[in-house]
Amino acid sequence: MADAGAPAALEAAGLRKTYGDFVAVEDVGLSLAPGASLALVGESGSGKTTTARMIAGLEAPTAGTVRFDGRVLPGRRARTAVRGSFAGDVQMVFQDPYASLDRHQRVADSISEVLAHHTDLRGSALARRTAELLDQVGLTAGQARSLPRALSGGQRQRVAIARAVAVRPRVLVLDEAVAALDVSVQAQIVTLLRELREQSDTAYLFITHDLGIVQHICEDIAVMHRGRIIERGRTLSVLERPGAAYTRKLIDSVPRRGWTPKRGATA
Amino acid sequence: MSAYQSVPAAGGRLPLGRVRALARGQGVPIAAGTVVALVVLAAVFAPLLAPYDPNAVDPLAVSQGSSAAHWLGTDDTGRDILSRLLYGARPSLLAPALITLTAGLAGTALAVSAAWLGGWYDRVVSAFLDLVFGFPGLVLAVVGAAVFGAGLDIAVITLSLAYLPYIARVVRSAALRERALPYVSALGLLGLSGRRICLRHLLPNLLPLVLVQATTSFGYTMLDVAAFSFIGLGTQPPTAEWGLMVANGAPGIIAGQPEQSLYAGLVIVVFVIACNLLGSGLSRRLLGEDR
Ligand SMILES: Nc1ncnc2c1ncn2[C@@H]1O[C@H](COP(=O)(O)OP(=O)(O)OP(=O)(O)O)[C@@H](O)[C@H]1O
Ligand SMILES: [Mg+2]
Repeated sequence: MADAGAPAALEAAGLRKTYGDFVAVEDVGLSLAPGASLALVGESGSGKTTTARMIAGLEAPTAGTVRFDGRVLPGRRARTAVRGSFAGDVQMVFQDPYASLDRHQRVADSISEVLAHHTDLRGSALARRTAELLDQVGLTAGQARSLPRALSGGQRQRVAIARAVAVRPRVLVLDEAVAALDVSVQAQIVTLLRELREQSDTAYLFITHDLGIVQHICEDIAVMHRGRIIERGRTLSVLERPGAAYTRKLIDSVPRRGWTPKRGATA
Repeated sequence: MSAYQSVPAAGGRLPLGRVRALARGQGVPIAAGTVVALVVLAAVFAPLLAPYDPNAVDPLAVSQGSSAAHWLGTDDTGRDILSRLLYGARPSLLAPALITLTAGLAGTALAVSAAWLGGWYDRVVSAFLDLVFGFPGLVLAVVGAAVFGAGLDIAVITLSLAYLPYIARVVRSAALRERALPYVSALGLLGLSGRRICLRHLLPNLLPLVLVQATTSFGYTMLDVAAFSFIGLGTQPPTAEWGLMVANGAPGIIAGQPEQSLYAGLVIVVFVIACNLLGSGLSRRLLGEDR
């Protein structure tokens, strides 16, 4: 998927995860070029979150490796200093916007804490950069001063995205980051993600079970089924001419919305 | 996103809403809190409030019932019971406060570190807590007194240990739940140190629970300390202390002068119940709406 020659921002190979006898993920390989955007789709339980957590280093793979620019991600128990050095490599936005933020921390503080940790910004410069990031995701100064509980799900997700973007990660994993939001808010977040990507060369791994929004963010798609990637390719061509029967079933089960697959002689 | 900005910032409640909430069943915790506060104030201002010196014996007014001069009567040596109750609040509250503070601080530190570090450390801590939990506090205190001698300091040390699990076990499981929340994973990914995540994020979120546990156990520790003094191992006479007063008045019960034991016992019971009700009120208020 990545251009041959160009160093991949993310290179995951042979990922496997078992829970007891149960194989959650089997032989998953992913590669993301800088600025690329890959959708990982599949039904519930197909292993998407497990894959994402292994890539982010939150879960130790049973087998396989995850590399960022060739560096191997340390395990979950690695020293924080070592782990911290990977903050700029991979960040993750979680599905549940209501549990993604510390409920006792004001929105602006959750951003400036991270900025203070990773940059030399202090005092008013720190406050300015924080405001800038929150403004970028469309939050007002009033919302910046409030606790997460005063924000809607979509607004919290924006905070989580701003916080992740604050460290300028090379790879941003979004695990069902818009699934908990209603359709109009989903569209806003998708627009936001597209804008953010135009401003940086962050690569997205966009995990969803909703095929309707995939083509709006991702050029490439990988379809997971029972822990394996069974199909991959350019988003548009996979959606229009799915190769695997399972992909077709997945597409057919989505209510037509953002896209209309042209089939046969239609139009 | 304009449609999504209609959520008002927190804190804009009308006082009227508070009054209604009070009427709708927060009356009990508020009354309980008032009782606890009054007892604490009584302990602090005992010298101002007490009509007599708590240790002043009056051979001419021995074992009297209540009167204008002695509202709650006098004990077997003619000391004013009300004054002794007021002064007695000091050791009766101070020892439980020390115990609760020690058990609260040490228990929280143990709980959070165990939940965070996991592995063998967590297993050792949990096994230790389970072991201590198996011993009633008073038994531990008596064993302590048997080895090191009587005294309130022994009670404070042994009961601090005994109440450790009471705080730590609950906080540990809450910390485990908290730790599994995505925000903690996110903070780790963002490169924040485990120490910072624990101190700045886990701890503030667990504090309400610690407070609830500490409030309830404050009542029980006071009961244990009183019992420890009652059996003669804690506060030594002539110091006024509630548990000791119950014991001192015991012979009077048979003689038909139950005042000393009755009032001291009543104060203990009311205070323990008040702590309990306050604890469960706080739990509903602090932990109920928080998630
Ligand atoms: N900690 C765990 N212990 C045991 N089984 C697990 C664990 N985590 C995940 N699984 C199993 O692994 C499989 C894949 O789970 P995963 O969460 O990766 O699926 P998913 O594709 O993200 O699904 P969803 O769309 O519902 O989020 C599931 O069958 C799940 O039950
Ligand atoms: Mg999932």
